[in-house]
Amino acid sequence: MHTFTLAELASKLRAKEFSVTELTKSLLGRIEASQSKLNAFVTVTADSALAQARSADMALASGQAGPLTGLPLAHKDIFCTRGIKTTCGSRMLDNFVSPYDATVVEKLNAAGMVTLGKTNMDEFAMGSSNETSYYGPVKNPWDLALVPGGSSGGSAAAVAARVSPIATATDTGGSIRQPASLCGVTGIKPTYGRVSRYGMIAFASSLDQGGLISQSAEDAAMVLGAMAGFDPRDSTSVDTPVPDYVGTLNAPLAGLKIGLIKEFFDKGLDSNVEKLIRDALKVYEKLGATLVEVKLPALPLSVPTYYVVAPAECSSNLARFDGVRYGHRCENPKDLMDLYKRSRGEGFGAEVKRRIMVGTYVLSAGYFDAYYLKAQRVRQLINQDFRRAFDEVDVLIGPTAPDVAFAIGAKASDPIQMYLNDIYTIGANLAGVPAISIPCGFVRGLPVGMQIAGPHFAEGKLLNVAHAYQKETDWHRQMPAAFKPEKLS
Amino acid sequence: MSLNRDQINSIAHLARLSLTDAEIPVYQDSLSKIVDLVGQLEAAQTAGIEPMAHPLPGLAQRMRPDVVTEGDQHELYQRNAPQVEAALYLVPKVIE
Repeated sequence: MHTFTLAELASKLRAKEFSVTELTKSLLGRIEASQSKLNAFVTVTADSALAQARSADMALASGQAGPLTGLPLAHKDIFCTRGIKTTCGSRMLDNFVSPYDATVVEKLNAAGMVTLGKTNMDEFAMGSSNETSYYGPVKNPWDLALVPGGSSGGSAAAVAARVSPIATATDTGGSIRQPASLCGVTGIKPTYGRVSRYGMIAFASSLDQGGLISQSAEDAAMVLGAMAGFDPRDSTSVDTPVPDYVGTLNAPLAGLKIGLIKEFFDKGLDSNVEKLIRDALKVYEKLGATLVEVKLPALPLSVPTYYVVAPAECSSNLARFDGVRYGHRCENPKDLMDLYKRSRGEGFGAEVKRRIMVGTYVLSAGYFDAYYLKAQRVRQLINQDFRRAFDEVDVLIGPTAPDVAFAIGAKASDPIQMYLNDIYTIGANLAGVPAISIPCGFVRGLPVGMQIAGPHFAEGKLLNVAHAYQKETDWHRQMPAAFKPEKLS
Repeated sequence: MSLNRDQINSIAHLARLSLTDAEIPVYQDSLSKIVDLVGQLEAAQTAGIEPMAHPLPGLAQRMRPDVVTEGDQHELYQRNAPQVEAALYLVPKVIE
Protein backbone atom coordinates (compact mmCIF):
# COMPACT_ATOMS: atom_id res chain seq x y z
CA MET A 1 0.00 0.00 0.00
CA HIS A 2 3.02 2.29 0.23
CA THR A 3 3.80 2.67 -3.45
CA PHE A 4 0.50 4.41 -4.05
CA THR A 5 0.26 8.12 -4.60
CA LEU A 6 -1.86 10.24 -2.30
CA ALA A 7 -4.60 10.39 -4.94
CA GLU A 8 -4.65 6.58 -5.18
CA LEU A 9 -4.59 6.18 -1.39
CA ALA A 10 -7.58 8.52 -1.07
CA SER A 11 -9.70 6.38 -3.41
CA LYS A 12 -8.55 3.09 -1.86
CA LEU A 13 -9.43 4.29 1.63
CA ARG A 14 -12.90 5.16 0.38
CA ALA A 15 -13.21 1.78 -1.37
CA LYS A 16 -12.31 0.22 2.03
CA GLU A 17 -9.39 -1.74 0.56
CA PHE A 18 -7.64 -0.93 3.83
CA SER A 19 -8.26 1.35 6.79
CA VAL A 20 -6.35 4.49 7.76
CA THR A 21 -5.11 2.62 10.83
CA GLU A 22 -3.74 -0.23 8.69
CA LEU A 23 -2.11 2.23 6.33
CA THR A 24 -0.60 4.22 9.21
CA LYS A 25 0.76 1.09 10.94
CA SER A 26 2.28 -0.11 7.69
CA LEU A 27 4.02 3.24 7.08
CA LEU A 28 5.23 3.49 10.70
CA GLY A 29 6.74 0.03 10.21
CA ARG A 30 8.47 1.16 7.03
CA ILE A 31 9.78 4.31 8.72
CA GLU A 32 11.24 2.21 11.53
CA ALA A 33 12.78 -0.28 9.10
CA SER A 34 14.29 2.50 6.97
CA GLN A 35 15.55 4.77 9.73
CA SER A 36 18.96 3.11 10.21
CA LYS A 37 19.54 3.35 6.44
CA LEU A 38 18.13 6.81 5.66
CA ASN A 39 18.06 8.77 8.94
CA ALA A 40 15.16 10.68 7.38
CA PHE A 41 13.33 11.33 10.65
CA VAL A 42 14.23 13.23 13.80
CA THR A 43 11.03 12.24 15.63
CA VAL A 44 8.45 9.58 14.82
CA THR A 45 5.03 10.34 16.31
CA ALA A 46 3.57 6.84 16.35
CA ASP A 47 1.07 7.30 19.20
CA SER A 48 -0.45 10.55 17.97
CA ALA A 49 -0.44 9.20 14.39
CA LEU A 50 -2.48 6.16 15.44
CA ALA A 51 -4.89 8.39 17.38
CA GLN A 52 -5.33 10.61 14.31
CA ALA A 53 -5.78 7.47 12.19
CA ARG A 54 -8.57 6.21 14.44
CA SER A 55 -10.41 9.55 14.18
CA ALA A 56 -9.96 9.48 10.43
CA ASP A 57 -11.36 5.95 10.21
CA MET A 58 -14.40 7.08 12.18
CA ALA A 59 -14.85 10.13 9.96
CA LEU A 60 -14.66 7.96 6.85
CA ALA A 61 -17.14 5.44 8.30
CA SER A 62 -19.65 8.13 9.24
CA GLY A 63 -19.42 10.04 5.98
CA GLN A 64 -17.78 13.07 7.64
CA ALA A 65 -14.53 12.78 5.71
CA GLY A 66 -12.99 15.52 3.58
CA PRO A 67 -10.76 14.90 0.56
CA LEU A 68 -7.59 14.63 2.69
CA THR A 69 -9.02 12.69 5.64
CA GLY A 70 -6.75 9.84 6.68
CA LEU A 71 -3.93 10.64 4.27
CA PRO A 72 -0.56 10.36 6.04
CA LEU A 73 2.24 12.88 5.81
CA ALA A 74 5.47 13.91 7.50
CA HIS A 75 6.38 17.45 8.53
CA LYS A 76 9.81 18.96 8.06
CA ASP A 77 11.15 19.57 11.57
CA ILE A 78 11.11 23.33 10.91
CA PHE A 79 7.32 23.46 11.42
CA CYS A 80 6.27 23.86 15.04
CA THR A 81 4.10 21.01 16.28
CA ARG A 82 2.33 21.44 19.60
CA GLY A 83 3.55 19.04 22.28
CA ILE A 84 6.06 17.49 19.87
CA LYS A 85 9.79 18.16 19.80
CA THR A 86 10.62 20.72 17.08
CA THR A 87 14.40 20.89 16.55
CA CYS A 88 15.04 22.58 13.19
CA GLY A 89 17.95 20.13 12.93
CA SER A 90 19.85 22.01 15.63
CA ARG A 91 21.40 21.24 18.99
CA MET A 92 20.05 24.67 19.95
CA LEU A 93 16.48 23.30 19.87
CA ASP A 94 17.24 19.69 20.83
CA ASN A 95 15.10 20.12 23.95
CA PHE A 96 12.40 22.37 22.45
CA VAL A 97 8.80 21.12 22.64
CA SER A 98 6.68 23.58 20.74
CA PRO A 99 3.82 25.13 22.71
CA TYR A 100 1.82 25.78 19.52
CA ASP A 101 1.19 24.49 16.00
CA ALA A 102 2.39 26.21 12.84
CA THR A 103 -0.52 27.37 10.70
CA VAL A 104 0.44 24.76 8.08
CA VAL A 105 0.30 22.00 10.70
CA GLU A 106 -2.96 23.32 12.14
CA LYS A 107 -4.59 23.41 8.69
CA LEU A 108 -3.48 19.93 7.66
CA ASN A 109 -4.52 18.48 11.04
CA ALA A 110 -7.91 20.11 10.58
CA ALA A 111 -8.13 18.54 7.10
CA GLY A 112 -7.80 15.13 8.79
CA MET A 113 -4.29 14.25 7.67
CA VAL A 114 -2.19 11.90 9.83
CA THR A 115 1.23 13.14 10.97
CA LEU A 116 3.76 10.28 10.92
CA GLY A 117 6.67 12.31 12.29
CA LYS A 118 9.17 15.12 11.82
CA THR A 119 11.78 14.91 9.08
CA ASN A 120 15.49 15.57 9.37
CA MET A 121 16.92 18.67 7.70
CA ASP A 122 20.00 20.84 7.43
CA GLU A 123 20.39 22.88 10.61
CA PHE A 124 18.01 25.86 10.47
CA ALA A 125 17.52 24.96 6.78
CA MET A 126 21.05 26.13 5.95
CA GLY A 127 22.60 23.60 3.62
CA SER A 128 22.18 21.78 0.32
CA SER A 129 23.17 18.26 1.39
CA ASN A 130 21.59 17.59 4.79
CA GLU A 131 25.06 17.21 6.25
CA THR A 132 24.68 20.17 8.60
CA SER A 133 21.97 18.51 10.73
CA TYR A 134 22.80 17.97 14.41
CA TYR A 135 21.12 14.58 13.98
CA GLY A 136 23.51 13.39 11.28
CA PRO A 137 23.19 13.33 7.50
CA VAL A 138 20.19 11.92 5.66
CA LYS A 139 21.12 9.35 2.99
CA ASN A 140 19.85 9.33 -0.57
CA PRO A 141 17.53 6.31 -1.03
CA TRP A 142 18.92 5.77 -4.57
CA ASP A 143 22.43 5.28 -3.18
CA LEU A 144 23.09 5.43 0.55
CA ALA A 145 26.61 6.81 0.02
CA LEU A 146 25.15 9.97 -1.54
CA VAL A 147 23.47 13.07 -0.14
CA PRO A 148 19.71 13.57 -0.65
CA GLY A 149 20.20 17.32 -1.18
CA GLY A 150 18.97 19.89 1.29
CA SER A 151 17.79 21.45 3.29
CA SER A 152 14.56 19.40 3.09
CA GLY A 153 16.58 16.18 2.64
CA GLY A 154 14.60 14.16 5.17
CA SER A 155 11.30 15.02 3.49
CA ALA A 156 12.70 14.21 0.03
CA ALA A 157 14.27 10.90 1.14
CA ALA A 158 11.10 9.85 2.99
CA VAL A 159 8.91 10.43 -0.07
CA ALA A 160 11.44 8.89 -2.49
CA ALA A 161 11.66 5.73 -0.34
CA ARG A 162 7.84 5.74 -0.03
CA VAL A 163 7.95 5.67 3.76
CA SER A 164 5.70 8.74 3.71
CA PRO A 165 3.46 9.47 0.70
CA ILE A 166 4.03 13.24 0.96
CA ALA A 167 5.88 15.66 3.24
CA THR A 168 5.93 19.36 4.00
CA ALA A 169 9.14 21.23 3.25
CA THR A 170 10.49 24.77 3.04
CA ASP A 171 12.53 26.59 0.43
CA THR A 172 14.70 29.68 0.99
CA GLY A 173 17.15 29.19 -1.90
CA GLY A 174 16.20 25.79 -3.33
CA SER A 175 15.61 23.67 -0.23
CA ILE A 176 12.49 22.00 -1.65
CA ARG A 177 13.43 21.77 -5.33
CA GLN A 178 17.08 20.68 -5.12
CA PRO A 179 16.46 17.69 -2.79
CA ALA A 180 13.38 16.79 -4.87
CA SER A 181 15.65 16.75 -7.93
CA LEU A 182 18.37 14.67 -6.24
CA CYS A 183 15.84 12.14 -4.84
CA GLY A 184 13.62 11.80 -7.94
CA VAL A 185 10.44 13.28 -6.47
CA THR A 186 8.20 16.31 -7.07
CA GLY A 187 8.81 19.50 -5.03
CA ILE A 188 6.86 22.75 -5.19
CA LYS A 189 7.91 26.10 -3.75
CA PRO A 190 4.85 28.36 -3.91
CA THR A 191 4.84 32.13 -4.38
CA TYR A 192 6.26 34.10 -1.45
CA GLY A 193 3.32 34.81 0.87
CA ARG A 194 1.10 32.02 -0.49
CA VAL A 195 1.65 29.64 2.46
CA SER A 196 1.73 31.00 6.01
CA ARG A 197 5.14 31.27 7.67
CA TYR A 198 3.58 31.37 11.16
CA GLY A 199 5.26 28.68 13.24
CA MET A 200 7.76 27.94 10.48
CA ILE A 201 11.10 28.65 12.16
CA ALA A 202 12.55 31.68 10.37
CA PHE A 203 15.82 31.61 8.40
CA ALA A 204 15.57 34.47 5.87
CA SER A 205 12.14 36.04 6.16
CA SER A 206 11.97 37.72 2.74
CA LEU A 207 12.82 34.42 1.02
CA ASP A 208 11.38 31.58 3.16
CA GLN A 209 8.35 29.78 1.79
CA GLY A 210 6.62 26.56 2.83
CA GLY A 211 5.70 23.94 0.27
CA LEU A 212 5.55 20.23 -0.43
CA ILE A 213 7.59 17.26 -1.54
CA SER A 214 5.35 14.64 -3.15
CA GLN A 215 5.26 11.74 -5.60
CA SER A 216 3.37 13.71 -8.22
CA ALA A 217 2.05 17.13 -9.15
CA GLU A 218 -1.48 15.80 -8.62
CA ASP A 219 -0.66 14.92 -4.99
CA ALA A 220 0.90 18.34 -4.44
CA ALA A 221 -2.23 20.00 -5.86
CA MET A 222 -4.45 18.10 -3.40
CA VAL A 223 -2.53 19.22 -0.34
CA LEU A 224 -1.42 22.70 -1.44
CA GLY A 225 -5.06 23.78 -1.69
CA ALA A 226 -5.53 22.99 2.01
CA MET A 227 -2.18 24.41 3.08
CA ALA A 228 -2.19 27.77 1.27
CA GLY A 229 -4.18 30.86 2.08
CA PHE A 230 -4.27 34.08 4.04
CA ASP A 231 -3.13 34.00 7.65
CA PRO A 232 -3.43 37.15 9.77
CA ARG A 233 -0.65 35.77 12.01
CA ASP A 234 1.92 36.07 9.19
CA SER A 235 2.46 39.74 8.35
CA THR A 236 3.57 38.94 4.78
CA SER A 237 0.80 36.44 4.06
CA VAL A 238 -1.09 37.54 0.96
CA ASP A 239 -4.86 37.90 1.06
CA THR A 240 -5.68 36.34 -2.31
CA PRO A 241 -8.17 33.49 -2.74
CA VAL A 242 -6.70 29.98 -3.16
CA PRO A 243 -7.76 28.61 -6.55
CA ASP A 244 -8.86 25.00 -7.13
CA TYR A 245 -5.46 23.49 -7.99
CA VAL A 246 -6.92 20.00 -8.60
CA GLY A 247 -9.61 21.39 -10.90
CA THR A 248 -7.11 22.91 -13.34
CA LEU A 249 -4.65 19.96 -13.43
CA ASN A 250 -5.92 18.69 -16.76
CA ALA A 251 -6.20 21.98 -18.66
CA PRO A 252 -4.83 21.55 -22.20
CA LEU A 253 -1.34 22.90 -22.89
CA ALA A 254 -1.99 23.94 -26.50
CA GLY A 255 -0.55 27.42 -27.02
CA LEU A 256 1.62 27.29 -23.89
CA LYS A 257 4.72 29.45 -24.30
CA ILE A 258 7.78 28.00 -22.57
CA GLY A 259 10.81 30.19 -21.98
CA LEU A 260 14.30 28.71 -21.90
CA ILE A 261 16.68 30.82 -19.85
CA LYS A 262 19.66 31.44 -22.11
CA GLU A 263 22.01 31.99 -19.16
CA PHE A 264 21.17 28.52 -17.76
CA PHE A 265 21.81 26.61 -20.97
CA ASP A 266 24.93 28.59 -21.85
CA LYS A 267 27.54 27.13 -19.56
CA GLY A 268 28.15 24.96 -16.52
CA LEU A 269 25.26 22.62 -17.22
CA ASP A 270 26.13 18.91 -17.33
CA SER A 271 25.54 17.66 -20.90
CA ASN A 272 23.67 14.55 -19.70
CA VAL A 273 21.32 16.69 -17.61
CA GLU A 274 20.84 19.06 -20.55
CA LYS A 275 19.87 16.18 -22.84
CA LEU A 276 17.14 15.05 -20.44
CA ILE A 277 15.74 18.58 -20.22
CA ARG A 278 15.75 18.86 -24.03
CA ASP A 279 13.92 15.48 -24.23
CA ALA A 280 11.31 16.75 -21.77
CA LEU A 281 10.86 19.91 -23.85
CA LYS A 282 10.06 17.70 -26.86
CA VAL A 283 7.22 16.14 -24.84
CA TYR A 284 5.84 19.63 -24.25
CA GLU A 285 6.15 20.53 -27.93
CA LYS A 286 4.15 17.40 -28.74
CA LEU A 287 1.47 18.65 -26.32
CA GLY A 288 1.20 21.92 -28.24
CA ALA A 289 3.68 24.16 -26.43
CA THR A 290 6.14 26.45 -28.17
CA LEU A 291 9.68 27.20 -27.01
CA VAL A 292 11.19 30.68 -26.82
CA GLU A 293 14.67 31.63 -25.68
CA VAL A 294 14.63 34.37 -23.04
CA LYS A 295 17.43 36.38 -21.49
CA LEU A 296 17.66 37.15 -17.78
CA PRO A 297 20.97 39.03 -17.74
CA ALA A 298 21.07 39.75 -13.99
CA LEU A 299 20.26 36.15 -13.03
CA PRO A 300 23.89 34.95 -12.96
CA LEU A 301 24.31 37.29 -9.97
CA SER A 302 21.67 35.45 -7.97
CA VAL A 303 24.15 33.39 -5.88
CA PRO A 304 26.20 36.38 -4.66
CA THR A 305 22.99 38.39 -4.10
CA TYR A 306 21.55 35.56 -2.03
CA TYR A 307 24.70 35.21 0.06
CA VAL A 308 24.28 38.79 1.21
CA VAL A 309 20.50 38.89 1.68
CA ALA A 310 20.00 35.45 3.27
CA PRO A 311 22.84 35.64 5.85
CA ALA A 312 21.83 39.22 6.73
CA GLU A 313 18.29 38.11 7.51
CA CYS A 314 19.56 34.95 9.21
CA SER A 315 21.87 36.86 11.56
CA SER A 316 18.96 39.01 12.60
CA ASN A 317 16.41 36.15 12.92
CA LEU A 318 18.74 33.88 14.87
CA ALA A 319 19.53 36.61 17.38
CA ARG A 320 16.46 35.34 19.26
CA PHE A 321 18.39 32.27 20.41
CA ASP A 322 19.92 33.72 23.55
CA GLY A 323 19.93 30.79 26.00
CA VAL A 324 17.42 32.63 28.18
CA ARG A 325 13.85 31.84 27.15
CA TYR A 326 14.24 28.52 25.34
CA GLY A 327 16.88 26.44 23.61
CA HIS A 328 20.36 25.42 24.62
CA ARG A 329 22.07 27.10 27.59
CA CYS A 330 25.74 26.60 28.42
CA GLU A 331 26.87 25.25 31.80
CA ASN A 332 27.91 27.70 34.55
CA PRO A 333 27.83 31.04 32.68
CA LYS A 334 30.01 33.56 34.47
CA ASP A 335 27.99 36.56 33.29
CA LEU A 336 25.25 37.41 30.80
CA MET A 337 27.68 37.96 27.90
CA ASP A 338 29.30 34.59 28.58
CA LEU A 339 25.85 33.00 28.68
CA TYR A 340 24.93 34.45 25.26
CA LYS A 341 28.22 33.65 23.60
CA ARG A 342 28.76 30.13 24.85
CA SER A 343 25.09 29.09 24.55
CA ARG A 344 25.15 30.23 20.91
CA GLY A 345 28.66 28.96 20.23
CA GLU A 346 27.73 25.49 21.51
CA GLY A 347 24.12 25.40 20.30
CA PHE A 348 24.77 26.33 16.65
CA GLY A 349 26.71 24.17 14.20
CA ALA A 350 29.53 25.31 11.92
CA GLU A 351 27.45 26.35 8.89
CA VAL A 352 24.88 28.28 10.93
CA LYS A 353 27.67 30.16 12.71
CA ARG A 354 29.26 30.89 9.35
CA ARG A 355 26.08 32.42 7.97
CA ILE A 356 25.38 34.41 11.12
CA MET A 357 28.88 35.86 10.87
CA VAL A 358 28.55 36.66 7.14
CA GLY A 359 25.27 38.41 7.92
CA THR A 360 26.75 40.29 10.82
CA TYR A 361 29.65 41.42 8.61
CA VAL A 362 27.55 42.66 5.68
CA LEU A 363 25.22 44.55 8.02
CA SER A 364 27.98 46.11 10.10
CA ALA A 365 28.77 49.83 10.06
CA GLY A 366 30.74 50.81 6.98
CA TYR A 367 29.73 47.76 4.93
CA PHE A 368 25.94 48.06 4.86
CA ASP A 369 25.72 50.16 1.67
CA ALA A 370 28.42 48.26 -0.18
CA TYR A 371 26.94 44.84 0.47
CA TYR A 372 23.38 44.87 1.73
CA LEU A 373 21.93 47.82 -0.19
CA LYS A 374 23.86 46.79 -3.30
CA ALA A 375 22.44 43.26 -3.05
CA GLN A 376 18.92 44.64 -2.66
CA ARG A 377 19.40 46.68 -5.84
CA VAL A 378 20.65 43.64 -7.75
CA ARG A 379 17.70 41.69 -6.35
CA GLN A 380 15.48 44.33 -7.97
CA LEU A 381 17.25 43.77 -11.31
CA ILE A 382 16.70 40.01 -11.03
CA ASN A 383 13.06 40.61 -10.18
CA GLN A 384 12.70 42.85 -13.25
CA ASP A 385 14.31 40.13 -15.40
CA PHE A 386 11.67 37.63 -14.27
CA ARG A 387 8.83 40.11 -14.81
CA ARG A 388 10.01 40.89 -18.36
CA ALA A 389 10.36 37.16 -19.09
CA PHE A 390 6.81 36.47 -17.90
CA ASP A 391 5.50 39.24 -20.16
CA GLU A 392 6.73 37.04 -23.01
CA VAL A 393 6.19 33.46 -21.80
CA ASP A 394 3.87 31.49 -19.48
CA VAL A 395 6.52 29.42 -17.73
CA LEU A 396 10.30 29.04 -17.65
CA ILE A 397 11.75 25.53 -17.88
CA GLY A 398 15.29 24.43 -17.16
CA PRO A 399 17.38 22.27 -14.87
CA THR A 400 16.80 22.24 -11.10
CA ALA A 401 20.35 21.32 -10.07
CA PRO A 402 23.64 21.37 -11.99
CA ASP A 403 24.19 17.62 -11.54
CA VAL A 404 22.90 14.46 -9.86
CA ALA A 405 23.43 13.63 -6.17
CA PHE A 406 27.03 13.77 -4.92
CA ALA A 407 28.87 11.75 -2.27
CA ILE A 408 28.42 12.51 1.42
CA GLY A 409 31.47 14.57 2.41
CA ALA A 410 32.42 15.56 -1.15
CA LYS A 411 31.58 19.26 -0.80
CA ALA A 412 31.37 19.56 2.98
CA SER A 413 34.66 21.41 3.39
CA ASP A 414 34.10 23.96 0.63
CA PRO A 415 31.10 26.22 1.31
CA ILE A 416 31.32 27.94 -2.08
CA GLN A 417 31.04 24.63 -3.97
CA MET A 418 28.07 23.76 -1.77
CA TYR A 419 26.39 27.12 -2.42
CA LEU A 420 26.67 26.65 -6.19
CA ASN A 421 24.25 23.68 -5.97
CA ASP A 422 21.48 26.25 -5.79
CA ILE A 423 22.57 28.27 -8.82
CA TYR A 424 19.34 27.46 -10.75
CA THR A 425 16.91 27.68 -7.84
CA ILE A 426 17.84 30.86 -5.95
CA GLY A 427 16.43 33.25 -8.57
CA ALA A 428 12.85 32.17 -7.83
CA ASN A 429 13.30 32.98 -4.13
CA LEU A 430 14.80 36.39 -4.84
CA ALA A 431 11.91 37.24 -7.16
CA GLY A 432 9.31 35.53 -4.94
CA VAL A 433 7.94 33.50 -7.87
CA PRO A 434 6.68 29.90 -7.61
CA ALA A 435 8.64 26.97 -9.04
CA ILE A 436 8.32 23.20 -9.12
CA SER A 437 10.87 20.44 -9.71
CA ILE A 438 9.73 17.17 -11.29
CA PRO A 439 11.74 14.06 -12.20
CA CYS A 440 12.66 13.87 -15.92
CA GLY A 441 15.05 10.91 -16.18
CA PHE A 442 18.24 9.38 -14.86
CA VAL A 443 21.97 9.93 -15.32
CA ARG A 444 24.23 7.10 -14.10
CA GLY A 445 21.19 5.55 -12.38
CA LEU A 446 20.46 8.73 -10.40
CA PRO A 447 17.40 10.94 -10.77
CA VAL A 448 17.46 14.34 -12.51
CA GLY A 449 14.91 17.08 -11.93
CA MET A 450 13.46 19.67 -14.29
CA GLN A 451 12.40 23.03 -12.91
CA ILE A 452 9.29 24.89 -14.05
CA ALA A 453 8.87 28.46 -12.79
CA GLY A 454 5.92 30.81 -13.28
CA PRO A 455 4.78 34.33 -12.44
CA HIS A 456 3.51 35.20 -8.95
CA PHE A 457 0.52 33.08 -7.89
CA ALA A 458 0.76 30.77 -10.94
CA GLU A 459 0.92 27.58 -8.81
CA GLY A 460 -2.14 26.24 -10.64
CA LYS A 461 -0.42 26.66 -14.00
CA LEU A 462 2.81 25.03 -12.74
CA LEU A 463 0.92 22.02 -11.37
CA ASN A 464 -1.02 21.77 -14.63
CA VAL A 465 2.17 21.87 -16.73
CA ALA A 466 3.90 19.35 -14.44
CA HIS A 467 0.89 17.02 -14.37
CA ALA A 468 0.67 17.05 -18.18
CA TYR A 469 4.26 15.77 -18.33
CA GLN A 470 3.62 13.16 -15.64
CA LYS A 471 0.67 11.81 -17.64
CA GLU A 472 3.00 11.29 -20.62
CA THR A 473 5.97 9.82 -18.71
CA ASP A 474 6.58 7.56 -15.73
CA TRP A 475 9.80 9.00 -14.28
CA HIS A 476 7.88 10.08 -11.18
CA ARG A 477 6.69 6.50 -10.62
CA GLN A 478 10.24 5.11 -10.40
CA MET A 479 11.36 4.23 -6.91
CA PRO A 480 14.67 3.04 -5.46
CA ALA A 481 14.92 -0.78 -5.57
CA ALA A 482 16.16 -1.13 -1.99
CA PHE A 483 12.91 0.36 -0.66
CA LYS A 484 10.40 -1.60 -2.74
CA PRO A 485 7.76 -3.33 -0.60
CA GLU A 486 9.38 -6.77 -0.82
CA LYS A 487 12.72 -5.31 0.37
CA LEU A 488 11.43 -3.16 3.23
CA SER A 489 8.34 -4.23 5.13
CA MET B 1 39.86 40.00 0.15
CA SER B 2 41.25 38.34 3.22
CA LEU B 3 39.83 38.75 6.72
CA ASN B 4 42.31 38.61 9.58
CA ARG B 5 42.03 36.95 12.96
CA ASP B 6 41.03 40.18 14.72
CA GLN B 7 38.24 40.82 12.24
CA ILE B 8 36.84 37.30 12.78
CA ASN B 9 36.98 37.83 16.55
CA SER B 10 35.23 41.16 16.24
CA ILE B 11 32.47 39.74 13.97
CA ALA B 12 32.00 36.82 16.38
CA HIS B 13 31.70 39.25 19.28
CA LEU B 14 29.08 41.34 17.44
CA ALA B 15 27.19 38.10 16.68
CA ARG B 16 27.54 36.95 20.31
CA LEU B 17 29.26 33.71 19.32
CA SER B 18 32.12 32.12 21.24
CA LEU B 19 34.62 30.49 18.87
CA THR B 20 37.32 28.00 19.74
CA ASP B 21 40.91 28.69 18.62
CA ALA B 22 40.56 25.91 16.07
CA GLU B 23 37.46 27.50 14.53
CA ILE B 24 39.05 30.91 13.86
CA PRO B 25 41.31 29.97 10.90
CA VAL B 26 38.47 27.93 9.36
CA TYR B 27 36.15 30.94 9.42
CA GLN B 28 38.95 33.25 8.29
CA ASP B 29 39.32 31.09 5.20
CA SER B 30 35.63 30.55 4.39
CA LEU B 31 34.42 34.06 5.23
CA SER B 32 37.17 35.51 3.03
CA LYS B 33 36.00 33.31 0.15
CA ILE B 34 32.37 34.31 0.70
CA VAL B 35 33.30 38.01 0.79
CA ASP B 36 35.06 37.44 -2.56
CA LEU B 37 31.96 35.71 -3.93
CA VAL B 38 29.64 38.55 -2.95
CA GLY B 39 32.22 41.00 -4.26
CA GLN B 40 30.96 40.08 -7.76
CA LEU B 41 28.03 42.38 -7.06
CA GLU B 42 30.31 45.41 -7.25
CA ALA B 43 30.41 45.25 -11.04
CA ALA B 44 26.61 45.30 -11.43
CA GLN B 45 25.14 48.52 -12.86
CA THR B 46 22.59 49.59 -10.27
CA ALA B 47 22.45 53.38 -10.64
CA GLY B 48 18.86 54.56 -10.17
CA ILE B 49 17.63 51.09 -9.11
CA GLU B 50 15.43 51.03 -6.01
CA PRO B 51 16.60 48.51 -3.38
CA MET B 52 14.11 45.65 -3.14
CA ALA B 53 13.16 44.75 0.40
CA HIS B 54 9.99 42.75 -0.30
CA PRO B 55 9.63 40.11 -3.02
CA LEU B 56 6.06 41.11 -3.87
CA PRO B 57 6.24 44.67 -5.21
CA GLY B 58 3.38 46.98 -4.43
CA LEU B 59 2.19 45.12 -1.38
CA ALA B 60 2.41 47.24 1.73
CA GLN B 61 3.03 45.72 5.13
CA ARG B 62 -0.29 45.05 6.81
CA MET B 63 -1.22 46.70 10.11
CA ARG B 64 -3.63 45.35 12.70
CA PRO B 65 -5.55 47.01 15.54
CA ASP B 66 -3.44 47.31 18.69
CA VAL B 67 -5.51 44.95 20.82
CA VAL B 68 -4.66 41.89 22.91
CA THR B 69 -5.28 38.73 20.90
CA GLU B 70 -3.50 36.11 23.02
CA GLY B 71 -4.28 34.93 26.54
CA ASP B 72 -1.64 34.53 29.24
CA GLN B 73 0.15 31.21 28.67
CA HIS B 74 3.41 31.89 30.46
CA GLU B 75 3.47 28.53 32.22
CA LEU B 76 3.22 26.71 28.92
CA TYR B 77 5.89 28.89 27.31
CA GLN B 78 8.25 28.76 30.26
CA ARG B 79 8.32 24.97 30.18
CA ASN B 80 10.99 25.40 27.51
CA ALA B 81 13.07 27.84 29.55
CA PRO B 82 16.43 26.70 30.96
CA GLN B 83 15.83 28.38 34.34
CA VAL B 84 12.65 29.94 35.71
CA GLU B 85 11.66 31.12 39.17
CA ALA B 86 8.40 32.81 40.21
CA ALA B 87 7.46 33.06 36.51
CA LEU B 88 10.69 34.97 35.79
CA TYR B 89 13.48 33.90 33.45
CA LEU B 90 16.71 33.60 35.42
CA VAL B 91 20.06 34.82 34.09
CA PRO B 92 23.41 35.44 35.81
CA LYS B 93 23.52 38.56 37.95
CA VAL B 94 23.72 41.65 35.69
CA ILE B 95 24.04 44.44 38.29
CA GLU B 96 26.48 44.06 41.18
